[in-house]
Amino acid sequence: MELILEIKEVSKIYGSVVALNNLTLNVPQGQWLAIMGPSGSGKTTLMNIVGCLDSPTEGQVTLDGLNLGTLSLAGLTAIRRESIGLIFQEFHLISYLTALENVMVAQYYHSLVDEGEALEALARVGLRDRAKHLPKQLSGGEQQRVCVARALINHPKLILADEPTGNLDETNERLVMDILHGLHDQGSSIVVVTHAQEVAAHAERVIYLEHGRLVRDSQNDSLSEEDARKEPGQADVRVV
Amino acid sequence: MITNRSFMLRLALYSLLRRRSRLLAALVGVALGAVVLLGMITLCHDLPKQFRDEFRAYGANLALAGLGAERLSLADLAKAKALLPPDKLVGLAPFRYESVRNRLRPYVAVGTDFSEARKTSPFWRVTGEWPDEPGELLVGADIALNTDLKEGSFATIDGRNSRQSRYAKDFRVVGTLATGGVEDGFLFMALADMEAMTGEGEVADLAEASLTLKANDLKAAAALIREKVPKVEARLVSRVADSEANALAKLTYLVYLVTAVVLGLTMICVATTMMTVVLERRREIGLKKALGAENWRVGREFFFEGALIGLFGGFLGSLGGLAFARAVAQSVFGRALFPHLYLIPLTMAVMTAVTIVACRAPVRRAAAVEPALVLKGE
Ligand SMILES: Nc1ncnc2c1ncn2[C@@H]1O[C@H](COP(=O)(O)OP(=O)(O)OP(=O)(O)O)[C@@H](O)[C@H]1O
Ligand SMILES: [Mg+2]
Repeated sequence: MELILEIKEVSKIYGSVVALNNLTLNVPQGQWLAIMGPSGSGKTTLMNIVGCLDSPTEGQVTLDGLNLGTLSLAGLTAIRRESIGLIFQEFHLISYLTALENVMVAQYYHSLVDEGEALEALARVGLRDRAKHLPKQLSGGEQQRVCVARALINHPKLILADEPTGNLDETNERLVMDILHGLHDQGSSIVVVTHAQEVAAHAERVIYLEHGRLVRDSQNDSLSEEDARKEPGQADVRVV
Repeated sequence: MITNRSFMLRLALYSLLRRRSRLLAALVGVALGAVVLLGMITLCHDLPKQFRDEFRAYGANLALAGLGAERLSLADLAKAKALLPPDKLVGLAPFRYESVRNRLRPYVAVGTDFSEARKTSPFWRVTGEWPDEPGELLVGADIALNTDLKEGSFATIDGRNSRQSRYAKDFRVVGTLATGGVEDGFLFMALADMEAMTGEGEVADLAEASLTLKANDLKAAAALIREKVPKVEARLVSRVADSEANALAKLTYLVYLVTAVVLGLTMICVATTMMTVVLERRREIGLKKALGAENWRVGREFFFEGALIGLFGGFLGSLGGLAFARAVAQSVFGRALFPHLYLIPLTMAVMTAVTIVACRAPVRRAAAVEPALVLKGE
């Protein structure tokens, strides 16, 4: 199976803090992975490294066949632009731009702006009629959906979402998860960091971090049931 | 249809227009700088030129007279004049003095060439008209004040010439001359009238020339006249105005210095404002980088916003500067100023350059923003 992500013996050390400790993880193309773990366990650190916003102190990360360690800063920037869609807990919309323009910003830095496509992306997250609204005129859930529209506009291979529903109520959480399901069905690989079991339950696979180490992997749980040929079933994971 | 280019313009404009407070601070700084820049350039460029034109003619700087007790013959005067560089000669006015009477009162009458006298003595203030026809008389202000010789009145001037024969001629007073000097006590008539009246011609007592020559060249010209026309005494007249012109030149220098300082302050104002803007917007910068924007693109956007502030602030400031220069010219120097419209784009260009230079440090700061750190959400 082709891997979208190959993390090999990666460590990240901030001074005396070991944020990631010799972590190894393979993510197949098209997988929906959830990362869980207590606060400070290194989830965001891992996401930043995978998202090419940070580099590991040690170890090797291969994204879609490219060894990130060999890339220059400009090369990493290009990967962010071409292959990754980021969804933030804090949305990070540009306050002086409308929903539509916020989506178009991603097009602008990627290649060419296309208002029609941007409107389609907004329609996909159910915000076609809020296109001309500024972030402050939108609810938190709506802002997060704009953020999702921005993340998917350039058809990234990998979507990284760090606590995407941390600031949302249940209704909006469900809306956002539905959109992610849509993307997943179309073949996108998704990595979601979350504290919430309900959110993790949407994923095919859940891993747990503690003190920068991988302490549990739902995939191995099912394998550890002494049936090597059995695929990691969604049902198994959802029970977690 | 929105293109990348128009989208970039839109980004910059909205960033400025929808976040007005910072923009205003930078804009005010730039506009004030532009007011000073354009105002000072206009004042320093125009006023000294006006003053120089005036100073050049501010009294004569070369006086010609006959040698010893001799009167100055007009033929010699013509010879002397031929020795002066014509393109540097602003004017050359002959003066001939005669003792005359009007209704038995004694006066000094001066015969001159009015059109030349106007050039060599621009400080003469005439109310009424300058004589330009035969039989017209200009009276000094003191005389006009104390006698019946006023504008509009008629006067018979009489006297005796050098051969002691009597003469008399009728004049009409057309104007009053005020200089604040001895001229206020004289009667002025055309030299031709004086010659006709006295029956004697071809002489004067004094001639004054105004030349646009530097002191050394002027000395040389006087020496040349003394050498080639021995019957003429040529002397330099020191002009009070020269030192004033020098003072003004120094003042101009000072004003340019002040302008440079103000531009420097503008730059600092814009730089600190943009630095604050970069700090305030570090999340946005981090986000753009996270979306895949290269440093140079983020930097270019800031330069672009800076340039827009420079252009717009420069434009507003230019208009203010023109008004400022006119007001100063009018109230301080008492003269009208003609706005040079080409200074507006020039000022806009200078202010744009200033803001772009001012954006350099903030742009470096923006390039140093680490998206992973600023997007964390604390
Ligand atoms: N830039 C940094 N400098 C120093 N230490 C850091 C830095 N970033 C993270 N750390 C430390 O690394 C560890 C892991 O942080 P990380 O943000 O990855 O945790 P997390 O799992 O995302 O936690 P949370 O659930 O609270 O978001 C923490 O101890 C944190 O203090
Ligand atoms: Mg985190």
